[in-house]
Amino acid sequence: MLAKALTGGPRYYAWVALLTLLALAGAATYTHQYHVGLGLTGMGRDVSWGIYIGQFTFLVGVAASAVMLVIPFYLHDYKTFGKVVVFGEILAVASVTMCILFIMADMGMPRRVLNVMLHPRPNSILFWDATVLTGYFTLNLLIASVSLYYQARGDHHPKWLNPFIYLSIPWAISIHTVTAFLYAGLPGRHYWLTAIMAPRFLASAFAAGPAFLLLCLLMVQRFSRFDPGDKAIRTLAKIITYAMVTNLFFLVLEVFTAFYSQIPGHMTPFAYLFAGIDGHNLLVPFMRLSVVLGVVSVVLLVPSRTRNNPTALVVACVCLFFSLMLEKGFGLIVAGFVPNPLERVVEYWPTGPELTIVAGIWSIGLLVLTLGFKIAIAVREHEMAVQPQPQPQGA
Amino acid sequence: MQGTGKNLAAVAIFFLIIASPHLINLVYAKAWTGPTEDTPRIRAMADKECIESEGWMRRNHMNLLLSWRDAALRDTDRIYVNGRGERYDISLMRTCLGCHSNREEFCDRCHEFAAVEPYCWQCHYAPEQVAKEGWR
Amino acid sequence: MTMDRRGFLKLAGFIGLAAGTACARRVAGPGSRYTTVDGAEDAKRWAMVIDMRRFNTAEDYQRVIDACHKAHNVPHIDNVRHEVKWIWTDTFEHTFPDQTHTRLPEALTERPFLLLCNQCDNPPCTRVCPTDATYRLADGIVAQDYHRCIGCRFCMAGCPYGARSFNWVDPRPHVDHVNPEFPTRNIGVVEKCNFCVDRLERGLPVRCAAASGGGIVVGDLNDPDSEVSRLLARHYTLTRKPQLGARPNVFYIVDEDVVRGEEEHVG
Ligand code: HEC
Ligand code: HEC
Ligand code: HEC
Repeated sequence: MLAKALTGGPRYYAWVALLTLLALAGAATYTHQYHVGLGLTGMGRDVSWGIYIGQFTFLVGVAASAVMLVIPFYLHDYKTFGKVVVFGEILAVASVTMCILFIMADMGMPRRVLNVMLHPRPNSILFWDATVLTGYFTLNLLIASVSLYYQARGDHHPKWLNPFIYLSIPWAISIHTVTAFLYAGLPGRHYWLTAIMAPRFLASAFAAGPAFLLLCLLMVQRFSRFDPGDKAIRTLAKIITYAMVTNLFFLVLEVFTAFYSQIPGHMTPFAYLFAGIDGHNLLVPFMRLSVVLGVVSVVLLVPSRTRNNPTALVVACVCLFFSLMLEKGFGLIVAGFVPNPLERVVEYWPTGPELTIVAGIWSIGLLVLTLGFKIAIAVREHEMAVQPQPQPQGA
Repeated sequence: MQGTGKNLAAVAIFFLIIASPHLINLVYAKAWTGPTEDTPRIRAMADKECIESEGWMRRNHMNLLLSWRDAALRDTDRIYVNGRGERYDISLMRTCLGCHSNREEFCDRCHEFAAVEPYCWQCHYAPEQVAKEGWR
Repeated sequence: MTMDRRGFLKLAGFIGLAAGTACARRVAGPGSRYTTVDGAEDAKRWAMVIDMRRFNTAEDYQRVIDACHKAHNVPHIDNVRHEVKWIWTDTFEHTFPDQTHTRLPEALTERPFLLLCNQCDNPPCTRVCPTDATYRLADGIVAQDYHRCIGCRFCMAGCPYGARSFNWVDPRPHVDHVNPEFPTRNIGVVEKCNFCVDRLERGLPVRCAAASGGGIVVGDLNDPDSEVSRLLARHYTLTRKPQLGARPNVFYIVDEDVVRGEEEHVG
């Protein structure tokens, strides 16, 4: 089965070569960072987490894409998703791979990482986050590879896999909740200290993850003989719409609480993100862009006419993805640290090496994704060759 | 049998690889000069004895140090009393390196030979040596 | 296999015992043992009172800071992002951001305050640490085990007092005066004021207190006759951000004398 990942046209090889090159650049930069320390990044005493942890947080969300397919297909027997659900699982594997790499890149003492398991502390959310992430990774890797293996032989997946599939549903919810708890329980970080952090994470995850998956599936439709089907794509678009509207609604709730209550601690992070404080405004253009992109995506997604128009849908998904990437993958983390606990503003901006490492990790993730998709497509194309009218498979 | 020559060659290469450390050592290995215990503080001692017996220290000093670390930092036990009733301040730099102030000829020489690289020296150091030569 | 209640309890007890001995196993030579320094065995509850009446010139502050930073080989790094601070100063409005308003007496708002780790009773940093690298000792000191820290910086996000520093760069080139008694740190670990735990446990005075000429008093809250207990009973004191529930053990005397300020305060 793995052999299928190794054959393809020149465009495929060029894409893989590009990703490999970027991954190598990232690895080389990381080696440098390992030796000289995290001073290589833009982080500092005041903003002590930056784009690594931001991207980690965002990608935990992308990993959720799988569950938005698994629930309709396995719980509601929505057969349209039968052929695409495995792509969601592969995306989950790739995202969690990136999550783990981002955590490692952020760690001051990576060689001691096993201390988390050697000296476990159940009252630390990070311990639980490490646990649920590895669990989610394992579950999706198992489910995707076993079901592909059986599908490649023209079989249904075996019965023993079902408990794992059902387990993956609450597990997907748990990775978001636990990741939100990383931030939402810290005294004195006003921007994060909010009970709707976990719901916000879920909403944005269920928008960004499926949006990314949808773009991937459109690409698959275009470049391979396997067609995920317009109906699957339309349903996915609806899911994205609901999630994104909910996400924006939650943002409005946060803004209301902060500004109607007029409590400075709650207002200043928003002020910093969207207007700047005392001339400190590095993030302002990006956060404003994020809101604009988010609104554009909703405007395109809500009316069914634009939502069902392929071009508009692509534009909407791209806007949505980058909107949430800026908001959650960057602004959310930085605004927790600005202003700092002493109410002073120290700004953060990622450095070149830092961004190289980010690009490297994304490349590794995209490589995993590409190889996984390649195998899945091969299985689908093979199925089509064997049985001209494939039956959707149910659990 | 077909391919016997190839098989033999493969086996030969395999053994060459396995034996390579020994072969390299035949050419490059230096005779081991053991650690020296010749420091001012040890010279002044009547019975030149370590905290525990020499053999015990040689076998167990790494684990002893880790226990010292945990005792001092996590359990507030800052004193080690040995079987002879002597009390030692639990401190890598003041106690161990107080007597063994020649870190390079003592700890390092042995470790280099044993190919271990304790990372302790990223933070701990031989006080006298650093006072003289600064960080290295 | 079925197992009755007794069997289960036996097994559980056995596993517990095995785990316990495995954790408590400490290497010692034949007949050797570990113990605390004499005289430091009685249960204490450490606390610090910073008597702001005694801090009047820039030197009063600098003396204290230097005493601490030199003793603990704290690197002096100019880049604000990479700074390492165990004890430092800031103004009233930044030290007590939630206890400030625009009509405070100038003597208060213009006076620097000393900041350091608060050795909280309910510390968020130990709560969030995934490896138990920072932990609270029975005597109230919040300790940091540099040997176990993985450098995740969760504690820095958790600490509402900005008391924790990360080693972004190799600290050694920035240690100007080496104190040969104390190790340095290396890149990748978090550090903070250790309340001179290594000295208190050996019956030695805390560095900053010793250098402060009476401005900083460290003592035992369990002992009603200790100087900290008596100072706290007699004066109006503040702690930082009490509303967060971390319950700091560093108290600031801001009595009338401090507020009146006279001409002595520094700008
Ligand atoms: C990140 C820097 C760092 C590294 C690496 C490190 N230590 Fe330490 N160690 C310290 C510091 C700082 C203290 C003092 C803490 C205190 O007393 O509050 C200490 C204390 C100790 C102590 C107890 C008290 C003392 O003063 O000696 C022992 C024993 C010890 N370390 C052993 C080791 C050993 C063995 C290693 C290597 C396996 C090691 N350390 C590596 C920083 C380090
Ligand atoms: C009071 C001085 C003194 C102190 C303190 C001391 N040592 Fe020693 N050490 C000696 C002497 C003397 C020897 C020579 C061996 C002998 O005859 O016991 C020795 C031998 C050793 C050896 C064996 C060397 C060999 O050739 O096999 C090791 C290992 C060692 N010490 C490690 C340590 C460590 C680790 C510490 C701190 C925990 C320490 N020593 C503290 C004096 C000291
Ligand atoms: C007689 C030779 C010898 C001397 C002298 C010696 N060591 Fe070692 N040490 C060893 C050997 C061999 C090991 C590796 C043991 C193993 O891996 O099982 C070791 C391991 C260690 C370790 C654990 C390293 C790790 O990565 O696991 C520490 C810490 C250590 N030594 C500290 C010291 C200090 C400090 C001194 C000097 C005071 C010292 N040693 C002197 C032979 C020596």
